[in-house]
Amino acid sequence: MTGIIDYGMGNIHSVQKALESLGDKTIVTNNPEELRKCEKIVLPGVGAFADAMKELEKQGLVLAVIDAIKNKKIFLGICLGMQLLFESSRESKGAKGLGVLKGEVKKFIPGKGLKVPHMGWNQLNKVISDKAPGVTECPLLKGLPENSYVYFCHSYYPDPKYKEIVSATTDYGIKFTSVVWQDNIFGMQFHPEKSQAVGLRILKNFVELC
Amino acid sequence: MLTKRIIPCLDIKEGRVVKGVKFLGLRDAGDPVEVAKVYDRQQADELVFLDITASFENRKTLIDLVEDIAKNIFMPFTVGGGIRDISDIRDLLNAGADKVSINSAAVKYPELIKEASDKFGSQCIVVAIDAKLICCGVPSFRLSAPNSNLQAPSQDKWEVFINGGRTPTELEAVEWAKNAAELGAGEILLTSMDFDGTKDGYDLNLTRAVSDNVSIPVIASGGAGKLEHFYDALNKAGADACLAASLFHYGEFTVKQVKEYLKQKGVAVRL
Repeated sequence: MTGIIDYGMGNIHSVQKALESLGDKTIVTNNPEELRKCEKIVLPGVGAFADAMKELEKQGLVLAVIDAIKNKKIFLGICLGMQLLFESSRESKGAKGLGVLKGEVKKFIPGKGLKVPHMGWNQLNKVISDKAPGVTECPLLKGLPENSYVYFCHSYYPDPKYKEIVSATTDYGIKFTSVVWQDNIFGMQFHPEKSQAVGLRILKNFVELC
Repeated sequence: MLTKRIIPCLDIKEGRVVKGVKFLGLRDAGDPVEVAKVYDRQQADELVFLDITASFENRKTLIDLVEDIAKNIFMPFTVGGGIRDISDIRDLLNAGADKVSINSAAVKYPELIKEASDKFGSQCIVVAIDAKLICCGVPSFRLSAPNSNLQAPSQDKWEVFINGGRTPTELEAVEWAKNAAELGAGEILLTSMDFDGTKDGYDLNLTRAVSDNVSIPVIASGGAGKLEHFYDALNKAGADACLAASLFHYGEFTVKQVKEYLKQKGVAVRL
C-alpha cells in the first residue's frame, strides 16, 4: 500500500490515479496511523514552502514523515513535496524544512530570456551512481533513455549540500538538481504523474520497488 | 533544454466539447476525455479546457469533468472560464486541474491574482488576456499590414477586453500583463482578438510586446493557420508556447506534424 499524504496542498489525485493505473494500491490520508501501515509514502504538493510546513505541523504530520523515513519506508517527494525534505527554502525566510536532506532550496533568477516559473518539458541528465556495486543509476530512473523529457512547473529548485545524492540534473539557465536519491528517500522536482509515458515509467519503477 | 510547447484548446459547454472536433475513428467527438486522449497520443505538451457556459449551474458539471480528465490523462491541463474567486480555483485544483486560467475576474479584482498565487503558487495561476489593437484611439482597425514592423519595437497599443471579448476595459494589454506578473501570475495566455479566427497567423507584434515586458512564460493564441505561424510566434515573437483550436480539431495538422516542422526549423520541441 502506498500512502499519499493529503495535507491540503494541491493536486494529489493525479498522483493517485497514475499509481493506480499501474496497479498500485493507494490511500490518500492525513492520518499518521494510516500512514504507519503503508510500505511506501508519497509527499506531493504545490504551493508555498512556509504554508506547506505550517500545514504539516498543524496536522501532526511532521513526525509521521520523519518516522516513515527513519523506518526505511520507500519515500517519494514530488515538487514542493521534495523541497520540504531539505533544511530551508529561500522562498520563505526563516521557515525550516523537514531537514532529512541537507541543503537549501533556491530560486531561479529571471533574465536574459530566462522565464520564471520554469514551465514545460525539459530533459533529465542522469548522474551515474557509485553508491553500491552493480547499481549505476537511481532505481526510479531505470530504463529511461538519457535526456528523457519530463514536465516541470516551478520557480525554486533544491541545492543539496552533498552532491552524491544528485541522481539527475536539468539545464535551465543553470544546471540544477532534478532528482535526488538517498537510501530510501527519492525526490523529483518535476511531475512524473504529468509526464506521460516517461513519468509513468518512473512511477512503475517506484511501484515495483516493493 | 526547455522546449517550446504546443497546446490544443478545447471549448467546453455543459461538459461537452463544442465547435465540432473532426477526428476519424472517435466514438464520441463530444467527449472531452476521448478528445484529450487523441491529443495525448499526438504528443501535445499541455491541454487547455475553456468552459464557455460558465454559469453557476454548470460548475458541478465542470468539476465532474475535470475529475474525469485527471483520471484518464497523465499530462498537464489548464481549466478556465467563469472563475470568480478563490473557492472556484480551489475546487478546480482539487478536482485535478494543474492550472487555472483567470480572465475577467482578474481584471475586476486584481488582488485575486495575488491571493491565489500566494495560496496555490504562481505556477498554477494563468492570467488570460484578450487584447485588441487600438490605433490613435480608433479601436479594432488594423492600419498597417499585419506583422509588418517587427524589426522596430512596435508602437502599437492594445486594449484588454473582458466578458468573452464583449466589454472593453481601457486597460492597455502590455501594462496589464506586467501588472498581472507582478501580482504573481505564473503565465500569460495572450489572445489577439484581431487575429483570432483569421488563420492569418498569431499577432506577432502583440506577442513580442508582451513577451519582452514580462519575465513569465507567454502563450500565444489566436490566428494559427499554417505551420509557419507557429514558428513565427515562437521564434520571432518570443512566445514560450502556442495555443490553437480549430486547426487541430479539424485535423488540418496534427500536433505532431507541427512539432516535426518546428524541429526541422531548429526549434526545441519534445518529440
